[in-house]
Parts: sequence; C-alpha cells; structure tokens
Amino acid sequence: MEPLLVYPYPVAADLSQALERAGYRYIGVTDEVDAERKEPDDGWGGAIIMADRSPEEAYKLAVALRKRDYPLEPLLMVLRSEQLNTLELNRDLFDDFVVSPLNHRELEMRLRHQYWRLGRGTRPELVEYGDLVLNLETYQAAIARRPLDLTYMEYELLKFLAQHPGKVFTREALLNRVWGYEYYGGARTVDVHVRRLRAKLGEEHANLIQTVRSVGYRFGQSRWSG
Amino acid sequence: MMTMMRQQQYVLRTVEERAVRLIRLWFTDVNGQLKSFAITPAELETAFTEGMHFDGSSIDGFSRVQECDVLARPDASTFELLPFGPEAEHSARMFCDIENVEGTPFAGDPRYVLKRNLARARQLGFTFMVAPEMEFFYFAEGDPTKPLKPLDSGSYFDLTLADVASDLRRRTIGMLEAMSIPVEYSFHEDSPSQHEIDLRYTDALEMADTVMTFRLLVREIALERGVYATFMPKPLAGVQGSGMHTHMSLFHGDTNVFHDVETGGLSQPARQFIAGLLVHAREICAVTNQLVNSYKRLAPGSEAPPYVTWAHNNRSALIRVPVTKKDKPSSTRIEYRAPDPACNPYLAFSVILAAGLRGITEGYELPEETIANLFELTPTDRAKAGIVPLPVNLSEALDEMERSALVHDALGDHIFEWFLRNKRAEFAEYRAQVTPYELSRYLPSW
Repeated sequence: MEPLLVYPYPVAADLSQALERAGYRYIGVTDEVDAERKEPDDGWGGAIIMADRSPEEAYKLAVALRKRDYPLEPLLMVLRSEQLNTLELNRDLFDDFVVSPLNHRELEMRLRHQYWRLGRGTRPELVEYGDLVLNLETYQAAIARRPLDLTYMEYELLKFLAQHPGKVFTREALLNRVWGYEYYGGARTVDVHVRRLRAKLGEEHANLIQTVRSVGYRFGQSRWSG
Repeated sequence: MMTMMRQQQYVLRTVEERAVRLIRLWFTDVNGQLKSFAITPAELETAFTEGMHFDGSSIDGFSRVQECDVLARPDASTFELLPFGPEAEHSARMFCDIENVEGTPFAGDPRYVLKRNLARARQLGFTFMVAPEMEFFYFAEGDPTKPLKPLDSGSYFDLTLADVASDLRRRTIGMLEAMSIPVEYSFHEDSPSQHEIDLRYTDALEMADTVMTFRLLVREIALERGVYATFMPKPLAGVQGSGMHTHMSLFHGDTNVFHDVETGGLSQPARQFIAGLLVHAREICAVTNQLVNSYKRLAPGSEAPPYVTWAHNNRSALIRVPVTKKDKPSSTRIEYRAPDPACNPYLAFSVILAAGLRGITEGYELPEETIANLFELTPTDRAKAGIVPLPVNLSEALDEMERSALVHDALGDHIFEWFLRNKRAEFAEYRAQVTPYELSRYLPSW
C-alpha cells in the first residue's frame, strides 16, 4: 500500500515507532505545499495529523487535504485530552481521532478499523506470534527482527502453524493442508521441515514448534496449559 | 500446478525483497560433478516459464551424437539463499531439472533418473528415506604433485582447542544449518585430519541435492581458510579411507515399513530389502564406488567392507542393522556401508533403491547374518559360508554392472551406456600407469 502522510515533520518518535511496529510506511510533511511535493505517484495511503503542538497549522492542513477533488482518507487526528472540547465535530475534517500520549495498539486498531470501513484491506497482512512476524504480502519472515531465509515449503509450514497457534496437527493433516499434493517425501517430510525450521529459528525460539508425542506438532502454547 | 506457480511467485518475491543479485542454477553431470551457471533476477521469470537453453555437449554424460541443446528448468522448491561466496547475502541457488528442447525429461540427467526410481517406489506405496555419513579429509593444500599434509594428527573423538579443523567443521555446520541441512553428529574420525558429518535423514531426492550442496560447502569453506578438503575415497595409503555409509528405510505414509510391530525388530520387507542389496551388491558397486581409487578403500584390512554380508552389529559387514530404541520405531533402519563420498548421489541412491525393491517384489530370502569377524576367516571358510567379495577393482565392478539388467533398467540406456564407456576409459588410463610402488618393488630385483 502507499505510504501514509504524517504531520508534522520531523515525525514524533512515538508515532514513527508505532507505525513501524504496525508495518505501515509513512512520509513526514511540513505543510500543504510539502505534502503536494512529496506525494507518491499513486497518492497517499491515508494521513495522520498531530494537532497536539500546533493545532492551527494542523487543522489548516487537514482542511486542505479534505478539500481536494478526492478528499484524502482515512485521516486521523492526534490531540491532547485538553483539546477535546475544541474538536470541531460538525466538520468533516477527520475520520477518527486518538488522544496523546499515543497508545500503539490503539492507533493501530483505529487505522485498521478505518481501512476496513473504507473497504480497503490495504494494511500489510502480517501474522505475528511473540517475536515472530510473517508478512504475507512479501513472503518474508523475521524472528526478533532477524530475517529468516526460508525455502518456500518452510515458509508455508511456518505460516500455517503460526496462523493456528495452540492447535495440534498430525503429520498427515499438515501434509494435506500445507503441501496439499503427492510428494516424494511422504509424511516424514513434515518432520524434516520442522527440524529445519527449528534450526533456522535458532535455539532460543526452536520451541515455538513443539512435538506432541505420538500425535504431531503444535505451534506456541496451548490455550489449556500454562 | 498451482503449487508450482506459488513456489515460483515466492522465489520471485524473495529475490526482490532480499535484493538477490545472482541466482545460481545447479545441476549434476553423470560423473556427479556439480555444474552451475548464474542468471540475473531479470532472467528468472523466463527461466521458470521457458527454461534456460544451453549447449549440453560440454557436460560429461550429456553429449549425444546429433542434438546437444538442452533446457535447464529451475526447481523453485529448492530455492535457498547462499550463505557464502563473494557476494554473501546476494546470491541464491536452485537445482534444475534438465529437459530436451521439446520439454521432455532429458535421459542424461541424474536427478531425473532418481526421480524415476522414486516414482516406482511410490507406486509400491513407499517413500525412500536416507541419511548418509559424510567422511572427508582436510589437507594443508590440494596440489597433487606434492605429498599430502594432514592438518592435525587427532584421532577419533579427539578434542584439542588449537584444532583448526574443528573450527572449520564448526563453521561448516553453521553454514549447513543455514542452508536447511540439519546435522546429526560431527566428529573427528580415526585418520589424521579426517572428519565425519552425519546428515539427518530426508527423502532421497532432497538428500541427493543435499549431498551436492554439502560437498561444495565443505570445500568452499576450507578454501576460505586456505585449506583443501577432499572427498577422494582413499587419499592416504595405510589409513582409513572416506566412506559414505548410508542409513535407509522405507516409509508408508507415517509408518516405517522396516519396523516389525510384533517383534520390534526387522519386518519382512526390511529383510527382503537387505536380501535384494546383497544379491545385487556386486552389480551396483561401480555406481556406489565409481573411481579407480574407490577400490583402494575397499581393500581388506581397513574398516571398509570388502565382503557381501549383513549383520546386526558387526562393523565389518556390508550391511549393518543398527540397534534402535524400542520406543522409536521410526528409527529402524539399515546401513549400507559400501558407498564412498565421491559417488554421484542421484545414481547411487537410484541403484541402491532398485536393488532393495527387487528383493521385496521378488520375495528374496535373507541368508543368515555373519557374526564372525570376516577378516579372521580363511578364504576356504568364507567360500564354505557362501561369502563373496565385492569387486576388487573398477574393471571387475564394470563387468558386473554391464551384465546387470537391474542397473541397466534403473539408470536407463543413456546413462548406463555412457557410464560404462567413460569408466572403462578411466580404468584403461589407470592401467597404463607405472606407479612408484611398482618401481620401488620391482626395479631393485629385476
């Protein structure tokens, strides 16, 4: 998806951190002219405007962005709680707002909700579990920010397991659902791939995939134990 | 078909995301040498859809009289980033299947030969799992005109801190793991500077690819440190050579076919598989031990098995049945001890499988195991016990192979004929040599 417009520039540390963690790209702008200059060829993916320090300029930018032929959306306002009574609720200046100091999770959920509302599933599709992150769009996986070099089937197996944490699968079930076709290796192939995944995850994270004796494998903790 | 498309998509995306600059396309010639050519990311899509054209006439065992153009079609499931080499992190590899220009499998491609044999096993409901023990030597340099200098004089399980070779081995194992090749054990072998790395079992096709990767990796890493690694079967006279003892079993789905549920021991198919290997051991020997030098390793007096026997725990036997834990039926297996690490793994696994399967389909009877130490038996004792030796040299092995319908069928016309022709020439060349041994033995007295 296209990057988000973020005001002001330089971007506040907590906001940039929240966006990076959530997997959004963004570009900071200083004003309306700067926003025009930096706009990507395919337009902005949305905007986050911090109105907590210089509300006048912030609102001015929001007005400009919303007065375009195709008003920029979604647009999120960030403001301090004391500013809540100055919120101009009767104008279509923003789609939602967040109160600072920022709560990362809240910001992410509000953005996601806006995209859902607009029918744009444009958030990068991430599967996360603890330190493990899989980006379904780019096929990349990382553990504790370290990129994992996986073969296709290793990636597919890890993705499937991480999408069903806590659930136990037999080898046959994994073979059918991940490989889904006749394969030279047979059911033992699953063991081979699990072993490789553990090696690549590294000692510290190898136990993400647990062997369930005489049944099969489980990813992460069971909901019913510890 | 869908899976293949998605795999290719995965490779294309990964090449882009990880900024891979070069993709090395790997395949294997009939001799078992790894061949490689590099393409850029821009050529990758074409390589997937159309294959890459190249002239096969320069590749050992690929040449044919009329046409010699072939296609290399990368197998996306084998895509791996390479953790070594000059452009570290910027190159990747894929194994290729070789096709004729019209898109049919090329009969001279060893990978295709193995696929064909594995497909037969699958028709019988079997998947073939293998785990080789790779032995090799490190030497200070690889110049064949100078005497070989071992890196150390350590022996079995030796632990010395200032051991360059251990450091090399550690680094090699790290690289192997990074390339999806988990290691079971690794240790210093008997002979000076000899090392062993045991690979964890996988299905035979993956393992053959793995052996190719393994040999390259061990040699590359050694070169990085200015050391020479060799898989030559017997580089030093008077000390153990390097073997590739291969552990194997057949699986049916989740079940180890070699495990007998009632007795906890070997099943009927396992016994028949061993019988098949014993009956055809002499015929497949030229493939599992393909160099003139291979037969120096197999000479009596070392640990390598010169006689066609089997036993539960007798290390002089050709086939050993290792003791397995009672509660681990999946680990029931047999160990074939003839192959050496200079074999072509695609062809070696093909003929081993064909021999074992023949035992099952024809219902061969397994003879008694040999408990006695074979080296202590006299030739007469051995003859009485019906114990035959493996071929004593490459020439004899080729005679056995040439008469073998089983090997002919397993390898197909193209490779069967080329292999015999090429190896006959190799032996003839060797035979024409006058060796230092002969001079020192005969010159003074005659």
